Amino acid sequence: MSKRIELKSLNVYYSKFLAVEDVNMVIEPKAITAFIGPSGCGKSTLIRTLNRMHEVIPGAYVEGSLTMDGEDIYAAEVDPVKVRRQVGMVFQRPNPFPTMSIKENVLSGYKLNNNRMSKSDADELTEKALVGANLWNEVKDRLDRPGSSLSGGQQQRLCIARAIAVEPDVILMDEPTSALDPISTAAIEDLAVELKEKFTVVIVTHNMQQASRISDMTAFFNIAGTGMPGKLIEYDRTEKIFSNPTQKQTEDYVSGRFG
Amino acid sequence: MATTFYGIQATATLPRWFSPLALIGSLALTTAMFVVSGFTDESGNLNLLAIAVLGFALYMIMTYLISRGVEGRRKATDRMVTGWVSAAFALAVVPLVSLAWTVFEKGINRLDAEFFTSSMRNVVGEGGGALHAIIGTVELTTIATLISVPLGIMTAIYLVEYGRGRLAKAVTFFVDVMTGIPSIVAGLFAFSLFLILLGPASAINGMAGAVSLAVLMTPVVVRSAEEMLKIVPNELREASYALGVPKWLTVVKVVLPTALAGIATGVIIAIARVIGETAPLLLAAGFTTSMNYNPLSEKMMTLPVFVYTSYAIQGTDAASYVDRAWAGALTLMLIVMLLNLGARIISKLFSPKG
Amino acid sequence: MTTLGGQVKPKVRLGDLVFSRAASVAGIGILITLAAVAVFLFIQALPALNPEADFSGKAENPISYVTPYVFGTLYGSIIALAIATPLAIGIALYISHYANRRFSQILGYIMDLLAAIPSVVYGLWGIMVLAPFLNPTYLWLNENLGWIPLFAGQVSATGRTMLTVGIVLAIMVLPIMAALIREVFLQTPRLHEEAALALGATRWEMIKMAVLPFGRPGIISSMMLGLGRALGETMAVALVLSPASIINFALLTSQNSNTIAANIALHFPESGGDYRSLLIASGLMLFLITMLINMLARYIISRRAEFSGAN
Repeated sequence: MSKRIELKSLNVYYSKFLAVEDVNMVIEPKAITAFIGPSGCGKSTLIRTLNRMHEVIPGAYVEGSLTMDGEDIYAAEVDPVKVRRQVGMVFQRPNPFPTMSIKENVLSGYKLNNNRMSKSDADELTEKALVGANLWNEVKDRLDRPGSSLSGGQQQRLCIARAIAVEPDVILMDEPTSALDPISTAAIEDLAVELKEKFTVVIVTHNMQQASRISDMTAFFNIAGTGMPGKLIEYDRTEKIFSNPTQKQTEDYVSGRFG
Repeated sequence: MATTFYGIQATATLPRWFSPLALIGSLALTTAMFVVSGFTDESGNLNLLAIAVLGFALYMIMTYLISRGVEGRRKATDRMVTGWVSAAFALAVVPLVSLAWTVFEKGINRLDAEFFTSSMRNVVGEGGGALHAIIGTVELTTIATLISVPLGIMTAIYLVEYGRGRLAKAVTFFVDVMTGIPSIVAGLFAFSLFLILLGPASAINGMAGAVSLAVLMTPVVVRSAEEMLKIVPNELREASYALGVPKWLTVVKVVLPTALAGIATGVIIAIARVIGETAPLLLAAGFTTSMNYNPLSEKMMTLPVFVYTSYAIQGTDAASYVDRAWAGALTLMLIVMLLNLGARIISKLFSPKG
Repeated sequence: MTTLGGQVKPKVRLGDLVFSRAASVAGIGILITLAAVAVFLFIQALPALNPEADFSGKAENPISYVTPYVFGTLYGSIIALAIATPLAIGIALYISHYANRRFSQILGYIMDLLAAIPSVVYGLWGIMVLAPFLNPTYLWLNENLGWIPLFAGQVSATGRTMLTVGIVLAIMVLPIMAALIREVFLQTPRLHEEAALALGATRWEMIKMAVLPFGRPGIISSMMLGLGRALGETMAVALVLSPASIINFALLTSQNSNTIAANIALHFPESGGDYRSLLIASGLMLFLITMLINMLARYIISRRAEFSGAN
């Protein structure tokens, strides 16, 4: 289930603009990898290349190689849609489908692709995904209510349930708690730690405490100035990054002396 | 400029009841003047328009002078503008009220069972009805809707989801241009098209009328559907892509359902707009006194054309023709109002919450 | 899914291909339809341009036939615009800056209703209610202000005059103009308005300083759109106007220059041969005039959108 992702001299472009330059890193399976860095350093751009969502933007493309368990996901014969089925994604703001019920939201990965399933399979999968997202007890009596009737934190866990329902290998989280209150944030963080038992988890965060609390590995990104490409400055075990980083820039950032 | 504000003079203001009282007083004074001077027409009626205009002018002059004396020049100007703005609004409401009342009062005469159950075949005097016209309107509007809704929604999808570059710009621009086609030109176009297709003997038929309506309706559908698709949050598209759903299924199963209430509202409003079109149907579908269920052959009557021809081509018993025209107008107004109401209800009930 | 710079080309799914093609075809269909309108009208209008054309005594030559109608079309629309513009600005201001929120919603609804009334109903109302209502005033204007050429001449006994047509058209274009102007006024940056009020300006001074300068392009383009609408309006004119084939500036007589659209509606059903081609040619002319005005209006709007950033 869980896969190792390897990035080799990866350059990420928006048309002619080089947004992220020359990233080399290995993202470990069954672990949480956090991307941290100042705004505009390209960490959100980079995470979107891991499931080929980057290229949804017109003119956007990547150079270099990105493999998952040795398989090049940017190879010519690879269908980006298939890649996205193996890599789930959770966004900054909770975005359940407003026209669907809670249950339909969980099953949307199947239903939207015209896959049919029996009612018992659907019920079983719904429960499994919602339990996996720590949401089952809160919503089991109102599965037919609209997804948008939930609170923000519940909506975000619904989105996680939706992502894990299709049984991906990797879960990407792009600042999943930045729109949530502290209690909902704690719930999502607990959930992330549970998820790494089964998935490769990559999380982009602005919150350094969050990175140090939950992640196993931390990658620090930075830019030299506006209009310059973002770069991977340092990538190591989280304790090392936060206690004894090799790079001066990293130390300045994690100790709050940045800028 | 601001210094006057601190002067004692400027802080004095007229009481709130000043304006309504001044207006009523002015109108009463003008009316009295008209009555006393015997300024009426031959049958002794007062000219209400003249009273309203002069009364309002008197109010404005009075207000300006008094306000200028008490509150100063700037406040007086402000009051003038308030007067003008309110009068503009009143002037817009007066015709609406008059029109609605007239149509109701005169139309109710013939709004009877016979009106909805018989055609005008072999009717020369009283009686007769608009069934043939109502059938025609329903058929032609339905056909026009069936043509323009798929075309319009697909065009909107093209513009919002796929269109890039010069072609998309051209389509956007010409949709705007198309909204401005005079309706009679759409009628001439449909007539010319069918004249070439079918020859002069059978060029005028229901289908030609439906085509002319579709030409007028499509840009309206495109515009409203485009607006609705644009306000579907991009986050929903991204959520769908991230689940491994191809773009076309994302559009069909996520974007369209989310925008559905808005699109339906837009379609109904577009129907309400074309259902009252007269000129293109007069040319392309013609007019007749008989029932015709077949839009592919022979002329076809429609409700707006019925209203027009009833008034414009009056027979020997003119009064009953005029009565039928008003009854047709009332029916048309009721349909348009119902459609607008329906559109509002749909957009209230079915728009996605949250 | 665009990739550039020699990057991998993702294979295209059949569903995506079919659907995106269908959408593009619909978009192109719009362009084709518009082109077809021009082409078919042109084909049918051609016979009228032949010097040998026989108009069965209804016209001498195309130019002299069309000229009065072009004049009537423009004249009626300009009168309508002259009446409607100040009213539309007033109504837009009333809705955006004077009425409270609930009331302005009701006003918006009234405007929607006015816009939804079919033109043939306006025509009936114009001829049976408005014209008789205005006629005494016309007589008075003629008696007392007859020295002004606009009010001179033999006053129509029915009120079916150019001025009545102008007023009916003004009422008809009012909703669309007011709606557009209101949109622009509502976009006035609040900061500008508050800055003006903070300087101690009265409401009108604030409007003069902040709202009107900002809304000027919107007012101009709404006038253009209103003009486009008025030029093409058919049934209300056909019913209300007492027409003639002359050029006449007088507003109150029964000898009024007819409009292109109304003239087509009145004569097309019984026309045939070269005369019908002539009517279609006049329709083509109307088409081109309105296209031109609409394009100009869109151009002004789009320029404004680029500069203000208020979209």
